[in-house]
Amino acid sequence: MIDVKGIYKTFYSRHKVEALVDVSLHVEKGEVVVICGPSGSGKSTLLRCLNHLETIDQGEILIDTILLNDSRTNINKVRAEVGMVFQSFNLFAHMTVLENVSIAQIKVRKRSRQEATKIGMELLEKVGIPEKAGSYPSQLSGGQQQRVAIARALAMQPKIMLFDEPTSALDPEMIGEVLDVMKTLAREGMTMCCVTHEMGFAREVADRIVFMDEGRIVEIGTPQQIFNEPREDRTKAFLAQIL
Amino acid sequence: MEIFNDLLHSERFRRSLSWAALVLIIVGLIIGTVHTTNKVDYIWRWEQIPRYIFFQETIEVTVEEDATVTAVERDGADTYIIALNFLDEEQYYTVPSHMVSVKTGDELQRGQVLAEGRRWKPGLLLTGLILTLEISVLSIILGVVIGLITGLARLSSSPAPKWLAIGYIELIRGTPLLVQIYIFYFFVGQVFRLSNFMAGVLALSFFAGAYVAEIIRAGIQSIHKGQMEAARSLGMNYPQAMRYIILPQAFKRILPPLAGQFISLIKDSSLVGVIALVELTRAGREIGTSTFNYFEVFFTVAALYLILTFSLSMLVQFLERRFAASD
Ligand SMILES: Nc1ncnc2c1ncn2[C@@H]1O[C@H](COP(=O)(O)OP(=O)(O)OP(=O)(O)O)[C@@H](O)[C@H]1O
Ligand SMILES: [Mg+2]
Repeated sequence: MIDVKGIYKTFYSRHKVEALVDVSLHVEKGEVVVICGPSGSGKSTLLRCLNHLETIDQGEILIDTILLNDSRTNINKVRAEVGMVFQSFNLFAHMTVLENVSIAQIKVRKRSRQEATKIGMELLEKVGIPEKAGSYPSQLSGGQQQRVAIARALAMQPKIMLFDEPTSALDPEMIGEVLDVMKTLAREGMTMCCVTHEMGFAREVADRIVFMDEGRIVEIGTPQQIFNEPREDRTKAFLAQIL
Repeated sequence: MEIFNDLLHSERFRRSLSWAALVLIIVGLIIGTVHTTNKVDYIWRWEQIPRYIFFQETIEVTVEEDATVTAVERDGADTYIIALNFLDEEQYYTVPSHMVSVKTGDELQRGQVLAEGRRWKPGLLLTGLILTLEISVLSIILGVVIGLITGLARLSSSPAPKWLAIGYIELIRGTPLLVQIYIFYFFVGQVFRLSNFMAGVLALSFFAGAYVAEIIRAGIQSIHKGQMEAARSLGMNYPQAMRYIILPQAFKRILPPLAGQFISLIKDSSLVGVIALVELTRAGREIGTSTFNYFEVFFTVAALYLILTFSLSMLVQFLERRFAASD
């Protein structure tokens, strides 16, 4: 489903930052991969490269056999198949919850308004807040906003979902409700890449855990292996810190 | 004493004191104005002003020579009567349309009255006001179109649109509007054979466009970049994301500065008087030179501008309230 082959990404702002160095990763259909690592290790950059919000300098990314860094690829078509959930929710502030989950269906998937509303309402049921359909994002709690953001991405019926620290901007009492939605998705067979430090979630639903540091993948393994017998010292140090 | 002290420091007392001061200042200003004009021996003739808004035209059209009507052509409020005398020479008479009493084939006799009466006509101040309104509305619309295109070009990552936009904005902002109006009139107008109305409207539009572009650019940049990323991540292309996500949010924020720009434009339209467009200010000057009632005329002109700008402010406030729903 996702095939990342030896990608590099360097930022040149004030100084040169090698955000990704020779990263390769293969994700099967239906697989749930959790990506973790210290701050600045390139987790967000990797995820953003997967739907071309960042362009890569070298290497190849294939999404469902479509090559991303190819000028002939219709990137909007690929993105419609890849849902993304951001740390800061990024709901469209001028639209109601229902409009948030409908707009892309109507404009990108070319569905009728009725159909988009129907699908949108179903997804709002699924994430547990159908009663907020007419509210504006500013009237919702963080946890509710993030669930709407998930519903908005799901409304496109994507093949892959990317989560970039979806719970790290939330108050502790709201983390559970968002993780529950994500667990449901994982069990339904969605292909998912989640950047998160929620190790309970990783242990429960991840098929594999990817540990990154300084732009490189340090270690990949099953939760079992990563938590119980990590091979690399850096992984051990990191786990000791967050567990 | 205690009570008096309390009163003195109470919020309500201070507020009423402030109101009283306001009234005093206004009354003082009025008295001062009247007093100073008395000192310069100015004779106020406010009764002269209404006829520059509406006046009654006396109409009397009499036939000059015996003739036969060959055509009656209506052109709006006026009708042209064409007649042939016995030497087959054409004669023309202009008559208000509602007063026409002859038809083709009728014989006209010398001295016959074709039309007689009075009719209301808009005065110079009113026609000036209407012209100002026309110029302002057209320039605002065109200015927004130009500003939107330029603002988006300014944010483009490819150099051609970006630098063209920067060049245009700097050019306009670095030169006086009056000079731009002359350039549009004498140069652009000549090259493209523009009427002075079009030259004036275009000059104001391009002037406003540069400022609107900067307002729109700032508005778009003030929207969190996560909004664009979220839109793009859902598969929207750049124009869709702009159209449905970014611009509606930016619009709400740029409405107040945009309104300020429009109000400036209405006022700046007074400059196109220099290219022989008799808009409100020029109308005032023309009435002034012929009547010397400069005081009344320009007070009236100012009041008319205020009506325009104030209505615009009210409209914007109304829009702002409507867009406030999602806050
Ligand atoms: N747009 C950018 N311009 C310049 N440098 C960037 C940009 N985006 C990321 N970086 C740099 O790239 C490196 C990796 O950033 P990234 O956001 O991928 O880290 P992360 O693992 O997601 O960290 P965090 O846990 O803090 O979110 C960091 O050093 C960061 O400063
Ligand atoms: Mg990050």
